[in-house]
Amino acid sequence: MSEIRNVSVKDVEEAIYKLALDAAYHIPEDVLEAEKKAYEKEKSEVAKKVLETIFQNIEVSSKEEFPLCQDTGLGVIFMEVGQDVHFVDGYVVDAINNGVERAYKDGYLRKSSCNPLTRENYGNNLPAIVHTFVVPGDKVRLIFDAKGGGSESMSKVQMMKPADGREGIVKTVVDWMIQAGPNPCPPTIVGVGIGADFERCAVMAKHATLRKVGEPSPDPVLADMEQEILTKINNSGVGPAGLGGLTTALAVHIEMEPCHIATLPLAINTACHVNRHKEIEL
Amino acid sequence: MAEYRLTTPLSDEDIMKLKAGDTVYLSGVLYTARDAAHMRMVKALEEGKELPFDVKGQVIYYVGPSPARPGKPIGSAGPTTSYRMNPFAPKLIALGQKGMIGKGKMSDEVKEACAKYKACYFASIGGAAAVVGSSVKKAEIIAYPELGPEAVRKLEVENMPLFVCFDSYGNDLYEMAKKEWANKL
Repeated sequence: MSEIRNVSVKDVEEAIYKLALDAAYHIPEDVLEAEKKAYEKEKSEVAKKVLETIFQNIEVSSKEEFPLCQDTGLGVIFMEVGQDVHFVDGYVVDAINNGVERAYKDGYLRKSSCNPLTRENYGNNLPAIVHTFVVPGDKVRLIFDAKGGGSESMSKVQMMKPADGREGIVKTVVDWMIQAGPNPCPPTIVGVGIGADFERCAVMAKHATLRKVGEPSPDPVLADMEQEILTKINNSGVGPAGLGGLTTALAVHIEMEPCHIATLPLAINTACHVNRHKEIEL
Repeated sequence: MAEYRLTTPLSDEDIMKLKAGDTVYLSGVLYTARDAAHMRMVKALEEGKELPFDVKGQVIYYVGPSPARPGKPIGSAGPTTSYRMNPFAPKLIALGQKGMIGKGKMSDEVKEACAKYKACYFASIGGAAAVVGSSVKKAEIIAYPELGPEAVRKLEVENMPLFVCFDSYGNDLYEMAKKEWANKL
């Protein structure tokens, strides 16, 4: 029998606090690298100007007086818990919420959570959205994704017909992203979930946006689809900030799982050009 | 594509010289309002009440800034997605509002109102929020403070870089740009 490892939820709270602040002010390096490569390839003068402004914004934000974006998002946490972990010193979800609340207060980050009907702002950015996965081992891996409303609104789940197949999926994703145009703050990272069921394909789509930018799927069939969709989206001409150019998306990332013989669930989730996410293992 | 330096309030003459694709460096007073503030303002109009500020000649910036650090007038302040204001913008344009600043597409009704009443929709770069925030000189909340980031603020800006998206002649920069750069890979 494996040993049980105690993990204090106070350490989880502290980790979330630091990840949230880091995400708000410092862009992930892989995202910046992808944008620099796009800048080299761009032929549109306006697109180059937009990318230069994005680089300037990253520079200003790194001094930690102004967050990368005023929409500092809801806190979305992907938590992988090793099955040999035993949380102590409190309830882990409370600890995550405490970490988010403190970071958004201390870091001068915008509180964006509200009542869906009255639109009353709760003023604390709570609750965080926590996706928990039980995995082998005795570690806890936390990914903090600061998810803004602009890119999140340009997402969808569509229950396709099995007969739609690969071609139908490619067309749906491409058409959707072109139709979204300037709204999700391009250049975007497009996350796609295929299969599983209704809600799980949505979680896969969001999780896919957090993969290292441009790293192809290990499945060659999916890697090929990612490339085809990316080329078609970038041939739309939408460009950075929707002002025209060759870079509408930086990458397309697909995750896929088996589905029911009667279904073909498809989910699309977009990340904007700052794609703020940070992770740690405890 | 011309470049202009303009100061608010804007006149019909200011608007009529602008064409989709032009760059404008805007200075002066801007008013901020987004979803919740627009809902309240339009409700006020329907009830025959006064708006928190006179929209004549003014430019409304669709933004919900992050909190200001001590000693700063405002936090980060990039544009929010504009289509959510589609139901409200034509009503305010009819009252004399001369411009909106935001990001993303707006509706044909907004485009038509811009042509009919001489107004412009200015596109700003979504996500360039730290750059814009650091260029705001003054900010004060003038209405609906309980809305937090969605309160109506009066801002003073200097040379805020904008692109003319809808001009007063029915043109749309996003559509023009997309056409120009399609199928170039």
